[in-house]
Amino acid sequence: MNKKFGIKEVVAMGIGTALFVVLTNVQIPLVFIPNTALQPRMAILAFFSAIFGPIVGGVVGFLGHALGDALFYGSVWWSWVFPEAVVGVCIGLFVKKYGVEEGSFANTKTIVFFNVVQAVANAVAWIIVAPVLDIIVYKEPANKVFVQGAFAFLGDIIIIGILGTLLLAAYSKIAGKSSNLKAED
Amino acid sequence: MSKMISYEKKDTPIHKLSGFTKLVFFLLWCFCSALTFDTRILIVMLLLGAVIYAISGTKLKQVSSVFYAVMFFMVINLTCIFFFAPYQGCDIYGTRHDICHLFGNYFLTREQLFYEFNVFIKYFTVIPSVFIFLVTTDPSELASSMNMVGIPYTVSYAVEIALRYIPDIQDEFHRIRNAQEARGIEMSSKGKLIDRIKNTSAIIFPLLFSTMERIDVVSNAMELRGFGKHPKRTWYSKRDLTFADYAVIVFIIVFFVTNMIITFHDGNRFYNPFV
Repeated sequence: MNKKFGIKEVVAMGIGTALFVVLTNVQIPLVFIPNTALQPRMAILAFFSAIFGPIVGGVVGFLGHALGDALFYGSVWWSWVFPEAVVGVCIGLFVKKYGVEEGSFANTKTIVFFNVVQAVANAVAWIIVAPVLDIIVYKEPANKVFVQGAFAFLGDIIIIGILGTLLLAAYSKIAGKSSNLKAED
Repeated sequence: MSKMISYEKKDTPIHKLSGFTKLVFFLLWCFCSALTFDTRILIVMLLLGAVIYAISGTKLKQVSSVFYAVMFFMVINLTCIFFFAPYQGCDIYGTRHDICHLFGNYFLTREQLFYEFNVFIKYFTVIPSVFIFLVTTDPSELASSMNMVGIPYTVSYAVEIALRYIPDIQDEFHRIRNAQEARGIEMSSKGKLIDRIKNTSAIIFPLLFSTMERIDVVSNAMELRGFGKHPKRTWYSKRDLTFADYAVIVFIIVFFVTNMIITFHDGNRFYNPFV
């Protein structure tokens, strides 16, 4: 266990997952494609990954999706749980670049960078991982799962792009203020 | 918000098993269901699931609403499969028996019906295991069982925290939503897409920031109590394995291996009744 992985990360994983699960039911239906809607919980996932890093992001995505599915629907669609973890890990990989806690997130360059990362992460997850797993596990027709994946991809980049960015920018402003104190000489 | 499935204390043979046993069972069961497409195995699993279900003493009322939601989802999903790929079944089984002509290019084939039936029961084999696991496993025992399976205790503890705080955060969510509704923010499905995103964020902003504060409070409390100092820890609610536990674990391992042999012995995951 390295130093970076402290108590705060453990708690963030747990409470982040809880928040993700609670928001499972808050959905903004996009189109009539099964299991695909704008999910505000994705913005929460992006938020936690961007602040606490890839491990927390991955666990929140994986556990949150599995628990949320299990608690609300009584069943787990495993092939869509793993991509969720992929999104969390990918966004979290660049945690140092965002500098959310240091208050440097709210500038155009970082926001553009964050959105490029999240778009790529979502592309990998929903256009590659999810459909491939659907085909391997459930042997579903390829064109159906790729259409579904594409819609999930669009929905997620919209919600993370708008809501995720806003949340991070707002939090970065607050978190940044408290770190303006300097030690006296 | 729909009701969630939650643990219920009862005195049945399944409740008496340790969480570790149930977790192993649950994971192997899910793997088994994901890997196989053999109709015979799926039907056996479905029946076995029903038996375990009966033993666990779960009432139908507890599960019916969830059950309907899943049914609804499955109907949409199966319809979609049919419209996107009406001959997926023929591809898989390599034959084609038409039943009737529907319209345009769409023929209803026996292979397609059989394939969709398989997808359907495959999904339903997972449900009882998830259900029974959640309803019969004490959340505070779950972390210790996860740790016993080999998951680091920090992650197990995170799961414990998640389960502990779901109801709290749900309460907070309702409180914030009521407050925002009282201020006249429209939460129903009437508004435009952009408005709805805006209104949802009116809940998520305060919810998220209070959650960040909660993380600080909880992690400070845990730090004060010396969490994470040692590489290992003991569990208050850990249960020792009994004879019944070993029996169930041996059974599920044998079950899993047998199913894998039956599924893959001819190099194909599918049971083909058409040849």
